[in-house]
Amino acid sequence: MSAVTENFAHPSSWRRVLSPTGNTGDAVFRVLMFLVALFMVAIVVAMVWALAADSMPSIRQFGFGFLKSQHWDPIHGEFGALPFIYGTVASSLIALLISVPFSLGIAIFLVEQAPHYIARPIGFLVELLAAIPSVVYGLWGIFVLAPFLRQYVEPALAKWFGWLPLFRGSITGIGLLTGGIILAIMVTPIISAVVRDVLAAVPGSQREAALALGATKWEMIRVVLVNGAPGIAGAVILGLGRALGETMAVTMVIGNRPEISLSLFEPSYTIASAIANEFTEATGDLYLSALVELGLILFLVTFVVNGIARILVWNVTRKTGGVGRAA
Amino acid sequence: MSASKKSFQLVAWLSVLVVLLAFVACGSGTVSLQGAGASFPSPLYQKWLSEYGKLHPNVKIDYQSIGSGGGIKQLKEQTVDFGASDAPMKDEDLKSAPGEVLHIPTVLGAVVITYNLQGISQPLRFSPETLADIFLGKIKKWNDPKIAADNPGVTLPTRDITVVHRSDSSGTSAVFTDYLSKVSAEWKEKVGAGTSPNWPTGIGGKGNEGVTGQVKNTPNTIGYIELAYAVQNKLPVAQVKNANGNFVTPSIDAVTAAASASAANTPEDLRVSITNAAGAGVYPISSYTYILVYKNQKDAAKGKALVDFLWWGIHDGESHAKELQYAPLPADIVKRAEGKISSVTAGGTPLR
Repeated sequence: MSAVTENFAHPSSWRRVLSPTGNTGDAVFRVLMFLVALFMVAIVVAMVWALAADSMPSIRQFGFGFLKSQHWDPIHGEFGALPFIYGTVASSLIALLISVPFSLGIAIFLVEQAPHYIARPIGFLVELLAAIPSVVYGLWGIFVLAPFLRQYVEPALAKWFGWLPLFRGSITGIGLLTGGIILAIMVTPIISAVVRDVLAAVPGSQREAALALGATKWEMIRVVLVNGAPGIAGAVILGLGRALGETMAVTMVIGNRPEISLSLFEPSYTIASAIANEFTEATGDLYLSALVELGLILFLVTFVVNGIARILVWNVTRKTGGVGRAA
Repeated sequence: MSASKKSFQLVAWLSVLVVLLAFVACGSGTVSLQGAGASFPSPLYQKWLSEYGKLHPNVKIDYQSIGSGGGIKQLKEQTVDFGASDAPMKDEDLKSAPGEVLHIPTVLGAVVITYNLQGISQPLRFSPETLADIFLGKIKKWNDPKIAADNPGVTLPTRDITVVHRSDSSGTSAVFTDYLSKVSAEWKEKVGAGTSPNWPTGIGGKGNEGVTGQVKNTPNTIGYIELAYAVQNKLPVAQVKNANGNFVTPSIDAVTAAASASAANTPEDLRVSITNAAGAGVYPISSYTYILVYKNQKDAAKGKALVDFLWWGIHDGESHAKELQYAPLPADIVKRAEGKISSVTAGGTPLR
């Protein structure tokens, strides 16, 4: 122990810790990069700290009731976050349910099936979709998607699946389902672009080995997918992060009503939309504080959802890895 | 080597020049004022700033349209020279402000009812009770007997009503809910008046454009927007029954009439709600918008510039109101606003 302290006391040994090669430039670079990484952590901590500090009045007033209450009434100073949490999580889940199969399909087609002269332009278009500002998606949602859903999709869903409470209620084209679909369209380019890169990174030898063992193309693709599973999961988590925090496009089509309804046709509200909508005219310290606490909750929801997703992924990849090895 | 030295010298001289110019600009008596607040009158204020800037090049005024709540907050924190708000400040806000705040009314606006109902050619008519019941969710169908009673001779469809309201907190919502609270005891008790009420029914659209978008694209909807926005976009607007029992089409004159009619019972500090005002041709969902200033200005030069600007605004500035679809102040309110502006002082001496 004392030897270690002695070593550290000596300047040259410091340098050796920082740079095993003994090069001064390396040491400086290492410290610099460490500081940059630390800066990132510091920003996250500072944000959580600021959010927590500013939401103290609301936390003190409502306590855990804030998370359980379904009542949001700024005029009477009553604030509850549950409808917003529900809307945020539900719209993101709908988005992933729709988007993940599509994204996987796009990526598999681009990497495994499409000839070069098709894969290039389609890949480019997919990446272009990711660059469209969200307000443009929102406008398209109001003027094209919502009327389309109202006229064709929602009546059909109500007719065939009306026995499910999910597809009952008034058909306006504006609501949780529309919000989820617009999110799905927004996260698809992100997920498919990353999955495409992941699949392309799976070594060609895997494919050749599978084919050599007599696998069909479909079986070969399954081998590639299992190999890329951790990367695919990462792509889905990336998409989920975007969906949870998306503000503008969602607020334009989700109906903005803090209410929990089983029906996907009914209006809902997300945390990010609520903050964006109400912050500008929020008067009164408690109101502002409640909005900041919503921000804090969004932070926590993102943490928790990401954590759950990672644990799921870890379990799945471990299992499939085991099956693969056993076979 | 010498080339880079030369360019370095050039940069050095240029920066000295810039600094000198900045000093000269300050020395020649340029006053800059900062304002922030309501988004509703922002197009008019921007027009005022550009017109006033042409007349007084040495006064530089900026206005940020950040919302009434933000305007009041920044005024209280003294980060701006003037604030702006659609609704007058509340008593507790006035008390917690670091100095006495004056309300200078600038123009008037109105909230209109718009709808999307196929096969209806003439403007729909609504009595206050019917409007309140629709927005409370108690009237659910377009052919409800109460709506039919207001619209004799109109064939109303058997469709469900979809209410569209603002999702962002807004002065427009505040004026509309203030009106509904005055005409319906049930509304007052259940919902109340404010910038973001807890709407009993309907879907929310962001901003006037969001509400308009939802109403235009969804059949059988009803919503409320600013008069100026409805006129510019040629949307159908409903007639509303006023306190005298007349159905009135919203117009600039009908809004100014609401201010004239309620001038007699407008309090001394000009903080007043003129919704549901009595008078034959009055449009009942009208309201003032205000510029907020401290009565005691810290900086005499800035205070003088501010007072001159406001004076110009309520006189010459009013001529720009109609072209931008705002209702100008009636003459007697201009007189009383003059009194308010004249009472502004700096260190005890009047600025005008």
